[in-house]
Amino acid sequence: MLNINDILSTQDMIDKRHLDIRTITMGISLLDCGHEDVKTCARKIYDKITRRAENLVKVGQQIEWEFGIPIVNKRISVTPISIVGNTCRTDSYVPLAIAMDAAAKQCGVNFIGGFSALVQKGCTQGDWILMDSIPEAMKATERVCASVNVGSTKAGINMDAVAKMGQIIKKTAQLTADNDGLGCAKLVVFANAVEDNPFMAGAFHGVGEPETVLNVGVSGPGVVYHALQGVKGQPFDVVAETIKKTAFRITRMGQIVGVEASKRLGVPFGIVDLSLAPTPAVGDSVARILEEMGLEVCGTHGTTAALALLNDAVKKGGVMASNHVGGLSGAFIPVSEDEGMIAAAEAGVLQLDKLEAMTCVCSVGLDMIAVPGDTSAETISAIIADEAAIGMVNSKTTAVRIIPAPGKVVGDRVEMGGLLGSAPVMPVHGQSSAEFIARGGRIPAPLQSLKN
Amino acid sequence: MKAVVTVVGKDRVGIIAAVCTQLAAYQVNVLDISQTVMQGYFTMMMVVDVSQSTLPLAELAQQMDEKGKQMNLSIRLQREDIFDAMHRV
Repeated sequence: MLNINDILSTQDMIDKRHLDIRTITMGISLLDCGHEDVKTCARKIYDKITRRAENLVKVGQQIEWEFGIPIVNKRISVTPISIVGNTCRTDSYVPLAIAMDAAAKQCGVNFIGGFSALVQKGCTQGDWILMDSIPEAMKATERVCASVNVGSTKAGINMDAVAKMGQIIKKTAQLTADNDGLGCAKLVVFANAVEDNPFMAGAFHGVGEPETVLNVGVSGPGVVYHALQGVKGQPFDVVAETIKKTAFRITRMGQIVGVEASKRLGVPFGIVDLSLAPTPAVGDSVARILEEMGLEVCGTHGTTAALALLNDAVKKGGVMASNHVGGLSGAFIPVSEDEGMIAAAEAGVLQLDKLEAMTCVCSVGLDMIAVPGDTSAETISAIIADEAAIGMVNSKTTAVRIIPAPGKVVGDRVEMGGLLGSAPVMPVHGQSSAEFIARGGRIPAPLQSLKN
Repeated sequence: MKAVVTVVGKDRVGIIAAVCTQLAAYQVNVLDISQTVMQGYFTMMMVVDVSQSTLPLAELAQQMDEKGKQMNLSIRLQREDIFDAMHRV
């Protein structure tokens, strides 16, 4: 029998604690869209996406009403375009990005991911063309997200690609300078990228995935924060247990919504991504959860331990609530998208080096960080290399989404708007890493045994 | 299929009557009602059978939401299984 308190607590989570389904993301394979003529390839891409995702937004809205739960984003991910584009005789994949953008607009989704390349061990011709196309593609499109996987635990780190991506990020920032380098907010450099991630900007539809699939990303930092307010001063055992119980509820909601959506769309259900994804709204912050555990400001000593506990407890609580868990699953720490992180960075407490340490135990990596516009490509590449090394050695996904905001200096603020939020420009180390990056080649894959 | 209707707002005459009349108009059968007044707020929970509803569920939920706004109340109609999922192992 239903209990009125359970019902009211669910509604309280939705109304006051920002509980929502962050995204339902439809993955669509474009492996059959290749063609030697790039225009034909672009048309095939547009046709396939708009056909397969025709009802995605409509079904999402129906389910929102029926369950009374907001589904904030409806999105699409596709096969990495470097693979599809490799069939074209062309030197630019920008027309394919434009086709993706047009398809996203036609379907009514706010982002489409998969302008991507997987180059952890080396680059094909298509991979180089894709990377070279990113700056122009980010300028020419509104909703397309790009990602490049430069390293993995099995393959090591492709330092040629790392060097290249530093330059690409700089160029993307310059081409979108009118919007504070907004193009870089839609560009992620990964190590150990996952094939079923529903979250942007890093979503793509991996080649090991079925023809189409539906993945769900849940959220709820506000709900966890509120739950922890009820256990002030109690030992960490209680904190972990409280987070687990909350994560269980959040994930169950994602599971039921995902199964229902996949049934109605006639698309197999993939995974629930058990993530705590913050937004710039007050009360929807991961940083504030860490502070609730007893830290004066996020970024001070103890932050990494607090985040480790949070990340692990979210997974433990969520795993039992869903029959398939995947994606990135953990706590995101995007600076510009988290009200508490922004405050901590502006106070000078949360620094890049501390963020890097935090990425060892969080779900992804250095996310939505603004750095001075005069930061060199080599320094950005070195930041990417550090982050990829953490991912490679710890067998986890790491990523860098960094905005070298043109013309901005430390202390300025970069405005992205909407869910992307705003970020204070953070200082980077001034000493050069140029010779390190100039070496190129590959960093070998790490040893996976003898771990004592 | 069952759904849960929750009504929250300032207590006054005729809330239950108005909500039930609206539901009856769409052929929605009320199976169970419980209500309480918490901190001056009228809080009602109904379990209803929507299998004969003349409106698709999403539209029915929107109509009830609209009715709530007219009456200055929060009226929600949600599928029952979401609560089972979230609160039962």
